[in-house]
Amino acid sequence: MAERGMGLDIAELEMMAKRCRRNIVRMVYGIGAGHPGGSLSAIDMLTGLYGHRLRVDTNDSTWGNRDRFIMSKGHASPGVYSILHERGFLTESDLWTYRKLGGSCQGHVDMKWCPGVDFSAGSLGMGLSFGIGCALAATLDDSDRTAWVMLGDGELQEGQIWEGVMAAVHHEIGNLNVIVDRNGIQNDDFCESQMRMFDVAEKFAAFGWAVMEIDGHDMQQVVNAIDWADQVIDGPACIVMHTIKGKGVSYMENNPKFHGAAPNEEQFNLAMEELS
Amino acid sequence: MSAPSGGGASRDGYGAALLEMVGDDRVVVLEADLGKSTKSCMFRAEKPSHTVSLGIAEQNMMLVAAGMSTSGYIPFASTFAIFSERGFEQVRNGIARPNIVVHLCGSHGGIHTGTDGSSAQSIEDLAIYRTLPNMTVMHPCDDISAKALTLALRHHERPSYMRTARNKVSRAYTEESAAQLRIGKGHIHRTGDDVAIIACGVLLNEALDAAESLSQQGIEATVVDMHTIKPLDTELIVDLAKRCGAIVTAEDHSIIGGLGGAVAECIVSEYPVPVERIGVQDRFGESGGSDELLEMLHMKANDISKAAQRAISRR
Repeated sequence: MAERGMGLDIAELEMMAKRCRRNIVRMVYGIGAGHPGGSLSAIDMLTGLYGHRLRVDTNDSTWGNRDRFIMSKGHASPGVYSILHERGFLTESDLWTYRKLGGSCQGHVDMKWCPGVDFSAGSLGMGLSFGIGCALAATLDDSDRTAWVMLGDGELQEGQIWEGVMAAVHHEIGNLNVIVDRNGIQNDDFCESQMRMFDVAEKFAAFGWAVMEIDGHDMQQVVNAIDWADQVIDGPACIVMHTIKGKGVSYMENNPKFHGAAPNEEQFNLAMEELS
Repeated sequence: MSAPSGGGASRDGYGAALLEMVGDDRVVVLEADLGKSTKSCMFRAEKPSHTVSLGIAEQNMMLVAAGMSTSGYIPFASTFAIFSERGFEQVRNGIARPNIVVHLCGSHGGIHTGTDGSSAQSIEDLAIYRTLPNMTVMHPCDDISAKALTLALRHHERPSYMRTARNKVSRAYTEESAAQLRIGKGHIHRTGDDVAIIACGVLLNEALDAAESLSQQGIEATVVDMHTIKPLDTELIVDLAKRCGAIVTAEDHSIIGGLGGAVAECIVSEYPVPVERIGVQDRFGESGGSDELLEMLHMKANDISKAAQRAISRR
């Protein structure tokens, strides 16, 4: 029987997130491609989830009663791989297979290639529905396992998301928790210029979800929000975390260019200095 | 050999099979507001705890099914064939690509659906699902065979798409003959050495009628129910090509990419002989009675007979 999280305190979680940030930049620089911005905005929550909350078994990644984590914004795969390394599912050398032929770290997270990954993502808008299926199955099994889904804010433009938002409330799915990474940037530019999102928390609340807004880079707030979501059992819970795309690397922060681009050598060295 | 009497719609067979599976707690049924039409309502009435209503939202349904499958359940998700296509990319990326066992059923397929008109008449579903790696694609002809093949899916370890039809047709199977059905293996209904008619769905009856009329003209046809379009029974098709030297395909589907396309691909690669394809000739349908539409679109028994003669003359 696996335990929840890794028994780490806030300072230890913050150290782990910093190590992840370094590996995210290394992976993307190493292959000269990938998505650093959304990985860096999400990594504090990913650290909170794996370090503080998720009950998984690193010796048996397919253990049926594990909590499920569904990374719907599957392009932020370096973030997932870096935390799976910290959690013990991937070795450091596995990380350097990112985007390489035959590698376990495919361009977008893939359950068929990577131990510890619960969902094959890559096409936005699908992860919430998958999480609903996992949560419904847990209820049928009378299990206390929980489904956690991370969505991007640009991803909310997909219609399927709102199909799932309705279904989760209709079925009163209390063992489903969603995190929206509200970093304000999507592929082409700022979300505001592509499709205005207005108040995301208000939207989820209007559909009947319990909603909490946090600073997604404040580890104490991250941990508190995870604990709060766990307490919401009569329906789905949504954490809207306000984040900075590219957080931790000065020239990537809030810069649409680093949604899907790798740093050059000079930029890489600067990032390593900043994250030391 | 004429078809056994009586009539049944393949969608009724799907519902009957689901009902027969209520004792298996791994089986879950997903609906998108069309349970009364697809006949998944039969399962819901008996086992609401394992039936999930997802509203008019097919894309969501596909991935909910995938999530349940990876948690140990065997999902049967159904909607109209045409509306399943709205979730095609969800099936592609969320089900077929990770090879997650979800059984999707699209009912009311083909122009045989009739008066609802062209928006409801999927004539491309078999073609598009056939292009997906890992997918099994089926189109049974009547209720008895649909029931047998749906029951077989419970033990099938790949994702599948099954098209069922709205309307009753003469039964081509008895419970006994349906017991011999195997996913991926064509079923021979009639044997003759002059031409092979490979049919699926509601056109199997037309094919059997065509074979009777050809026989009266001294032409003996083999008639096969190719209920599984993928994986295709290429062994049988090549054997028929060698034995008969001429092939006709018949389906309530576009002649592009469905059964006719699949058989033609096989024949071109393995053993080239003349192939004639009966189906919808790259156009959309319209409102009308099933038989009226079959007639207008040249998909009746006499059209199949003429195609057989053309194929033989090209030999």
